[in-house]
Amino acid sequence: MELLLASAIGIMTAAGIYLVLRLRTFPVILGISLLTYAVNVFLFTSGRVAIGAPPVLRDNVTTYTDPLPQALVLTAIVISFGMTAVVVMIGLGAFLGSNDDHVDDQPETSDDLSEGQS
Amino acid sequence: MSLFFIVALPFFGALLPGLMNAAGRSATAGVTFTVTLAAFIGLLTNLPAILAGEVVMARIDWMPTLGLNFTLMLDGLGFFFALLILGIGLLIIAYARQYLSRDDHMGEFFTYLLLFQGAMVGIVLSDNILLLLIFWELTSLSSFLLIGYWKHLPEGRQGARMALTVTGMGGLAMIGGMLILGQIVGSYDLSVILQNRELIQADPLYVPALILILLGCFTKSAQFPFHFWLPHAMAAPTPVSAYLHSATMVKAGIFLMARMWPVLSGTTEWFVIVTTAGLVTMVLGAVIALFKHDLKALLAFSTVSHLGLITMLLGTGTAFGAMAAVFHILNHATFKAALFMSAGIIDHEAHTRDIRRLGGLRTLMPITFMIVSLAALSMAGIPLLNGFLSKEMMLEEANHTVLFNNPWFVPVLATIGSLFSAAYCFRLIGHVFFGPVRDDYPAKPHDPGAGLWLPPALLIIPVVVIGVAPFLAEPFVRLVTSAVLGNAAEMPSAHLKIWHGLVPALYMSIIAVLGGLVMLAIFKPALRLWEGTPRPEAKVIFEAIVEGAVKLAKVLILPLHNGAFTRYAAIGTITIVGAGYYAWTTGTVGLPTYTVQKADPVLISGWGMLVAATIGMVFLHRNRFLSLILMGIVGLMVSIGFVFLSAPDLAMTQFTVEVVTIILLLLALNFLPNATPIESSVLRRMRDAGVAIAGGLASFAIAYHYMLRDPVSASISEFHLANSYKGGGGTNVVNVILVDFRGFDTFGEIIVLSIAALLIYALTETLLRGPVGARLLNRKPDQPQAGGVHPMMMVVLTRGIMPVVMMVGFYIFLSGHNEPGGGFIAGLIVSIGVVMQYMASGFAWTSARLKYPYHGVIGAGVLVAGFTGIGSWFVDKPFLTSDFTYVRIPPFEKFELATAALFDLGVFLSVVGAVMLSLESFSRLARRAETPESLHPMDIDPSRDDPKPVVEGA
Repeated sequence: MELLLASAIGIMTAAGIYLVLRLRTFPVILGISLLTYAVNVFLFTSGRVAIGAPPVLRDNVTTYTDPLPQALVLTAIVISFGMTAVVVMIGLGAFLGSNDDHVDDQPETSDDLSEGQS
Repeated sequence: MSLFFIVALPFFGALLPGLMNAAGRSATAGVTFTVTLAAFIGLLTNLPAILAGEVVMARIDWMPTLGLNFTLMLDGLGFFFALLILGIGLLIIAYARQYLSRDDHMGEFFTYLLLFQGAMVGIVLSDNILLLLIFWELTSLSSFLLIGYWKHLPEGRQGARMALTVTGMGGLAMIGGMLILGQIVGSYDLSVILQNRELIQADPLYVPALILILLGCFTKSAQFPFHFWLPHAMAAPTPVSAYLHSATMVKAGIFLMARMWPVLSGTTEWFVIVTTAGLVTMVLGAVIALFKHDLKALLAFSTVSHLGLITMLLGTGTAFGAMAAVFHILNHATFKAALFMSAGIIDHEAHTRDIRRLGGLRTLMPITFMIVSLAALSMAGIPLLNGFLSKEMMLEEANHTVLFNNPWFVPVLATIGSLFSAAYCFRLIGHVFFGPVRDDYPAKPHDPGAGLWLPPALLIIPVVVIGVAPFLAEPFVRLVTSAVLGNAAEMPSAHLKIWHGLVPALYMSIIAVLGGLVMLAIFKPALRLWEGTPRPEAKVIFEAIVEGAVKLAKVLILPLHNGAFTRYAAIGTITIVGAGYYAWTTGTVGLPTYTVQKADPVLISGWGMLVAATIGMVFLHRNRFLSLILMGIVGLMVSIGFVFLSAPDLAMTQFTVEVVTIILLLLALNFLPNATPIESSVLRRMRDAGVAIAGGLASFAIAYHYMLRDPVSASISEFHLANSYKGGGGTNVVNVILVDFRGFDTFGEIIVLSIAALLIYALTETLLRGPVGARLLNRKPDQPQAGGVHPMMMVVLTRGIMPVVMMVGFYIFLSGHNEPGGGFIAGLIVSIGVVMQYMASGFAWTSARLKYPYHGVIGAGVLVAGFTGIGSWFVDKPFLTSDFTYVRIPPFEKFELATAALFDLGVFLSVVGAVMLSLESFSRLARRAETPESLHPMDIDPSRDDPKPVVEGA
């Protein structure tokens, strides 16, 4: 099970990084979202994982998972929504203002395209 | 009055002039004057205690573990400086009211002035050196604002920048020195440090500490070689110059040297560095001052020279030297402030400060002539004026000072300095006021109104009174001197008097005055000689250094920062992975302490979907809509994973956030292109894939190793599990952590979320107002529009669902403390319910039915949470202490009432407000694009008489 979780984190991270390295805003936003998932799951697993032991106190139950990473990740999820929204707004504003959704600065002259679009 | 009030008054008072600006110039000046007067009177109420030899203390622990406490101390020295700062401040405020013209923003000026005044008072009253450093930096910042007050003048901006650079760098050095000092003594309290002379001077770090602290003092007090900033700061309005350069800013360095005198002085290092710097500054300043044609430049260099004189006196390390220094600080403050203000009067009336264009003003401006003459003669060291007394003491001290084993060195240089000092004073009087009356003044000069000449005239009173009857000032000077000396030296037996007999100092004085007159006589040839001599120009050197630093920074930064975000991201990823790899290979990894758990088939299938969707996103990301659907799958799988792995709260949060995120991205995609074109080369994609795989492998490896091993130190979670019910009254530990144990964190988090939402709103507003708004109005949708935008079935369905959604939200909110749920999740659920109404029935229809603007909801949420926290203050508990009790109202079961629920309500409200405000802002962009918007919820409504025809694609 740990292998599955770790590989899921790894794959989401790799996909996230690849998308963040794209040249247009939309894939970059998708990449950031994927990285958010990866980071949240990673933080969550830092409490070690268990099946069927939610941190809700019950009589006659003694094993619970670690509640602290869950509390941290819960707010992280909500805040990452806020941050995604801000990034999307900035990307959208840039596109609407310049009709260009490139992430990188575009060279002024057409002769100089090599650097921006390698 | 408590010392706290004296320090705090100017800072709080600084709010007033800005507010009063509309009430007129006199009101603005009046309120500033009142604030300063209040602080001044407050200071005077402490006079009896000071005269009785007491030290007034006031203390508030601020960060005791860091040794940073808000500790104030008022002794003779602090009182003396505070008196100068506030007393001369009063005169400056009265003068500035008349001096500033109608075009100058008076509220702004007085706000800066009060900030500066507060920072200065803070320096001289601080008992904690860390606190002192804070005030020290504040004076640098506020003087920057004051010097650059006339923003339209390039000299003003350059002068302000130079002053900030030089004094700011000195301040940095001083922080280092003070920290070393605090480490040596083991306390940051001045009162403790001052008792540890032997300990400090025996420490091997004494010399570095001394040099660093002196760097701070010398830069602030414009000592050679840092003297160059002061004349350039003269671009400030004259009241600022008069204030900063007579009594306050430049005296801060002198003050600190006097304050630290008991522990730092007396060593060879102190003696050589401080005396030499002071002596060189004194002579250099006086020589340059003589050849300056601008009145204020002349006074600026004369200030430099006199600061050098005081520094030299402090450097000698004798008690007599300290006493002479204290006396000269007092005398210099009086005559120099008067001279600066008079220079301002001449500038104000004659419209020039150039000595070459003035002359013959004696009959035209008799009052100003009287003031300037008395002040300048005092500065020149003419008997019966106060400058003479302290200058005699200086020459006397110089006579006994042996530097570099040469008994002639100091006395000769001191005499030369005094000679030039006398010469520029005579030139000031002779070339401005004597000579023939000219007919080419830029404006017809005459004496100004009393508002301008009265403040300097008042300062002339102590100049003459102390000069004639020095015994009047003696008790006070002795009091201050004893505060400077501390336990380090005995009080000198010398008295302040005019006639000491035929001592060498008298001959030196006579040489200086006669030599000064000779210099004035041969001024023209001397000036030609001076102008013919090549000299390094400090400003040019300074600008060259700044330019060099900028160039160096550009060489370093521009190749790294070329505006390509993707490049930074790649470099950042590689660096992080590389650093992690280094740590991995050099560190040790323990054996696994957990056994690998068996994978469930459910988990494997979920994993399969997640991986398939993730990889699909990579390969299909050019089709943006499709990749959005795939992202939804990833999010769902993550939520299901949370359910499976015992995190119901996380699952619910992730699930609901997923919904609003997808809606948000859909709204954005409405405007963005639908596909991403292929731009990057195969090679580039290979490179990116390599970077990505390296990052993925790294996070895989660290996660896998992490999960199977114990944490380095014991987790604090046991505490939370054990105390959740007992202390927090809830069985859902995650929720109790959020609203109780870590409530302050949550409070910060809802504020961050709210700020993000408000930022989105503000960006939308800006976009809609600018050219983008106009473009949006004319925009043609790039896809055919659906026929029924608001289908009837959906409208009806969402109406029915709404109460159910609200009920679910309410239930989740209430049960959150004991079962999975809580304010965050309930907030998201309710938001989704409201969003459904927007989607089904249209923006206009829904907005018309919403009573409260979302900003208000956000604000209410933050306030509810904040007031819940503050509520605990009323029962003398720290912020956000929670309490709960159990209530039973028959026939219901027993239930719990907790203050945490109120806090959770705040969380709920701000989440609803923030999510809705973000989404609403996005849809407002769309709304502008697709006009007209129907106020009816349904496009086809059988109950309406005249159904609106369906609009086919546009």
